[in-house]
Amino acid sequence: MAKADLMDFDKALELFEPVLGFEVHVELNTRTKMFSSAPNPANNEFHDAEPNTLLTPVCLGLPGSLPVVNEQAVRYSISFGLALGCQIASSSRFARKNYFYPDLSKNYQISQYDEPIAFDGSVEVELASGRTVTVGIERAHMEEDAGKLTHVGGATGRIQGAEYSLVDYNRAGVPLVEVVTKMITGAEHDAPELAKAYVAAIRDIVLALGISEARMERGNLRCDANVSLSPRGSGKLGTRTETKNVNSLRSVERAVRYEIQRQAAILHRGGTITQETRHWHEDTGTTSPGRPKSDSDDYRYFPEPDLLPVEPSAELIEQLRAALPEAPAVHRRRLKEAWGFTDLEFQDVANAGLLVELEETVAAGAAPAQARKWWTGEISRLANASSVDPASLVSPANVAALVALIEAGEITDRIAREVLEGVIAGEGTPAEVVEKRGLKVVSDDTLLIAAIDEALAAQPDVLEKIRDGKVQAAGAVIGAVMKAMKGQADAARVRELVLERANA
Amino acid sequence: MSAHELISATASVLADRLARGEVSSVEVTQAHLDRIAAVDGELHAFLHVSAEALEAAAAVDRDRAGGAAMSPLAGVPVAIKDILCTYDMPSTAGSRILEGWVPPYDATVVKRLREARLVPLGKTNLDEFAMGSSTEFSAYGPTLNPWDLERIPGGSGGGSAAAVSAFEAPLALGSDTGGSIRQPAAVTGSVGMKPTYGGVSRYGAIALASSLDQVGPVTRSVLDAALLHDVIGGHDPHDSTSLTDAWPSFADAARAGAREGALKGVKVGVIKQLSGEGFQAGVRGRFAEALALMEAAGAELVEVSAPHFEYAIDAYYLILPAEASSNLAKFDSVRFGLRVNPPGGGTVEDVMAATRGAGLGPEVKRRIILGTYALSAGYYDAYYGSAQKVRTLIQRDFADAFAEVDVLVSPAAPTTAFKFGEKIDDPLAMYLNDVATIPANLAGVPGIGLPMGLAPEDGLPTGIQFMAPVREDARLYRVGAALEALLESSWGGPILRQSPMHPEAESNAISTKKGGD
Amino acid sequence: MSETAALDSAQVAHLANLARIELSPDELEKLTGELGVILDSIAKVSEVATPDVPATSHPVPMSNVFRADEPGETLTTEQALSGAPEHDGTRFAVSAILGEEQ
Ligand SMILES: [Mg+2]
Ligand SMILES: [Zn+2]
Repeated sequence: MAKADLMDFDKALELFEPVLGFEVHVELNTRTKMFSSAPNPANNEFHDAEPNTLLTPVCLGLPGSLPVVNEQAVRYSISFGLALGCQIASSSRFARKNYFYPDLSKNYQISQYDEPIAFDGSVEVELASGRTVTVGIERAHMEEDAGKLTHVGGATGRIQGAEYSLVDYNRAGVPLVEVVTKMITGAEHDAPELAKAYVAAIRDIVLALGISEARMERGNLRCDANVSLSPRGSGKLGTRTETKNVNSLRSVERAVRYEIQRQAAILHRGGTITQETRHWHEDTGTTSPGRPKSDSDDYRYFPEPDLLPVEPSAELIEQLRAALPEAPAVHRRRLKEAWGFTDLEFQDVANAGLLVELEETVAAGAAPAQARKWWTGEISRLANASSVDPASLVSPANVAALVALIEAGEITDRIAREVLEGVIAGEGTPAEVVEKRGLKVVSDDTLLIAAIDEALAAQPDVLEKIRDGKVQAAGAVIGAVMKAMKGQADAARVRELVLERANA
Repeated sequence: MSAHELISATASVLADRLARGEVSSVEVTQAHLDRIAAVDGELHAFLHVSAEALEAAAAVDRDRAGGAAMSPLAGVPVAIKDILCTYDMPSTAGSRILEGWVPPYDATVVKRLREARLVPLGKTNLDEFAMGSSTEFSAYGPTLNPWDLERIPGGSGGGSAAAVSAFEAPLALGSDTGGSIRQPAAVTGSVGMKPTYGGVSRYGAIALASSLDQVGPVTRSVLDAALLHDVIGGHDPHDSTSLTDAWPSFADAARAGAREGALKGVKVGVIKQLSGEGFQAGVRGRFAEALALMEAAGAELVEVSAPHFEYAIDAYYLILPAEASSNLAKFDSVRFGLRVNPPGGGTVEDVMAATRGAGLGPEVKRRIILGTYALSAGYYDAYYGSAQKVRTLIQRDFADAFAEVDVLVSPAAPTTAFKFGEKIDDPLAMYLNDVATIPANLAGVPGIGLPMGLAPEDGLPTGIQFMAPVREDARLYRVGAALEALLESSWGGPILRQSPMHPEAESNAISTKKGGD
Repeated sequence: MSETAALDSAQVAHLANLARIELSPDELEKLTGELGVILDSIAKVSEVATPDVPATSHPVPMSNVFRADEPGETLTTEQALSGAPEHDGTRFAVSAILGEEQ
């Protein structure tokens, strides 16, 4: 739908109540896959692997191969379930979900159906306004990821119009936990923001648990957003759409807003919403219908006969519960105090989904205020410009290193921006970028004094003015010196030297 | 030993001679390869004969000469049902869709054969994906019954049973989902054992129905089956359903059974539902004689009722197709096997459908579609769900019976070998062949089949089956070896001595000249 | 419990499509008849499968069978692709999908 045909968001909210639901898939960062001892590409150790190199007969679904459950993946799933406030099933089972697709090596996905490992929980989600929304969790279940398709030929590299496709099964069998929310009502105008904040909350939880790299741009964390509209006063639920392929926090927010506006426009015209999956397109900021799935009405679920029930003991559950990190909400209160931020400053960081980055940056030695300044400032600006999440641009360690260089007076704030660009471009650590690009501050006083002499020669009356008390006259000399040094000088030091000269 | 002696000897005899250095593995292997060359052109028990068998045999001889410690069956040749993955031989499951496929790995049981230094001779024929009771559904043509070339050798493991009973191999591996080891054994006069579910690894056995499949030995004597079971059995971490039990020596159990008095006081339950109706007269007659022999040897016969066995075939023909429909979905032309491009190209979906339409045979299609139906939304409870409940009831029948008796007994198959084509267009008649063997698969209990004499009306082999509680496989070897000893002394030697294909037979069913020159 | 009615050829065609098996018109007709007969004969399982009977999925009950999270032996890319009808040296090749990733 063209942007012009969408209904204005506020008007849509006047007429309809949005109802949301989310399915978030989290790739666990165990060392091996869910059902095979093949290395797991969702673990940082292996994520760079060449296509079809992380395989056993199990991942390829070779005839005769059999799955065996990864114990660590089960423990991670239980911890995750507990952190979501869920009950842990005393007995849970795997099931086969049958459908044909070339990225699915056995043409069935081993998942969980009627007996998931965790069920009935909730997550507290904080919004910018300070409003807290409790999102109910229906279930969290264990399953395996599928391989990756690359579409070749055709204009766009998309599936439509492709001549053929190539399959890499490295991702096949990566352990997943799928978290399904209960129906979310009452979000109202906050619906798009809530969507983003909910996914950020899940991300914060898995990062705090250390069970996933949680990098959305790598697909470690993927969100399917269900949106439907209920006409105000009707008391009736609308038909929902499921938007897939939303791979950044920002996109989650945009996709939900878009679907609300799109559905409202259709309904207002007297049209009907088709129950379907839709694809989010980052470039155009729109969704489009997926092909209706002929098999999706009938997955022929049945208990996986190659696997046995998972029956965690009460002791194991209590042991994992005791080892849970602080709940993110509690954790947040503690951080705010430790960092000495105002409410506004802290919200700023939290809303940007940058708490974890900030925490890691501070842990790497940066002052909280500096860390905040860089993450919510320059890094966020660059991220926005290229429609990605700030966290995908630069590591907390590198931000801390950048701040350290500034503090040590080796670079100025202005140079630091250029250094940051170099780091993002993959030129190395801040120190390496400074070295390679020759950005070090000129800290040799004799060079600075020579430049000052030159500037004073051109503006001989400046010293006199300073001596007469017009200290601001130094600015002209400082400007000239900084220009001569191509900005690679510490302006404060130049000022000191100029004043010394005047007072000599 | 002469070539005739080498191929007619049991594996345990060969193993002794090999251990004593009286014969080399190369000689034994060569004799069997010669036999295969002589008779298999007609019999068609093998889909593939190993090019490496002699080399493997020579390596065993070398290592033995060098004083290496050797396992009991080292140097003895073995045939492998083509449902098992072998990294050095094609593994087709009897299907066109896997024609020529060489897996990049060995099934665990095959790995164990190699580690125990047995010599793989080749891959044996079967009904496509082990679906059938006659080998008529092999995509590569049927195997003939060595007793009568116009008759079926049973199935699905007709190839392994025929290879053993025609003296092409002393040992073979089979797989048994509803009787595919025991029913072929019955109609070819050989011995076959379906172990307790989980007793032998399924890893690398191309799955038919995961909750029913078991790999097991196919041999010419109970002791040989036990020796082979000792090699392939035991826990495998690659198979989640593999039991972690420490198993006793099955060979010791078989040897103990062959000693006099082994049946004294053994309570043998005769299953009411599996001894009368629908069984051929000659089968019933031989069964009664076998029971009488056991009773005379001190066994106590008790009639037991298993009221839910009458639902076993029905439950089986829901559970098997349902699991198979999912297990066989992987044959889609993407990662391995056949690809058929429809005329004019088409999407990957079209290619998958065309490939499966062309690459799968009629019985496989029938069962996949039946299973797809049994699992589909709205029918699950009535079909698959109900069948799983029947399974519980059958387990309870077994539990009740084993509360009273040590082993259960029945004929292994309702009839002797039937003629080719007789039942191929009547699925229900075909399915009835497994009436006696299916309950053990549903309940997971072990079952052994062994010859009980020739039916007077047609002179063809009949088989008897013993079943024991889960994990009591050793009991079957003891009782089986005991009855075998009684029967063989009544026959004056193994039943296969009477086969027209015995190497010493007066008139050979197959002229061996063809392969000999 | 649902109705277990005989199958018609449209249903069999739908099942064949779900199972990705192309059937000729003759095959479809023959199968429809055969499946009807088989289903009739096996439908009696529901007679005894009363609600009080639990289902058995595994013949020998076990639980908590796990594997340690330690990487094991992997296939080489060459081994992985060795059985593929078509590949580009590193990845498996399939015809155009014209569908949607799930
Ligand atoms: Mg989902
Ligand atoms: Zn999922």
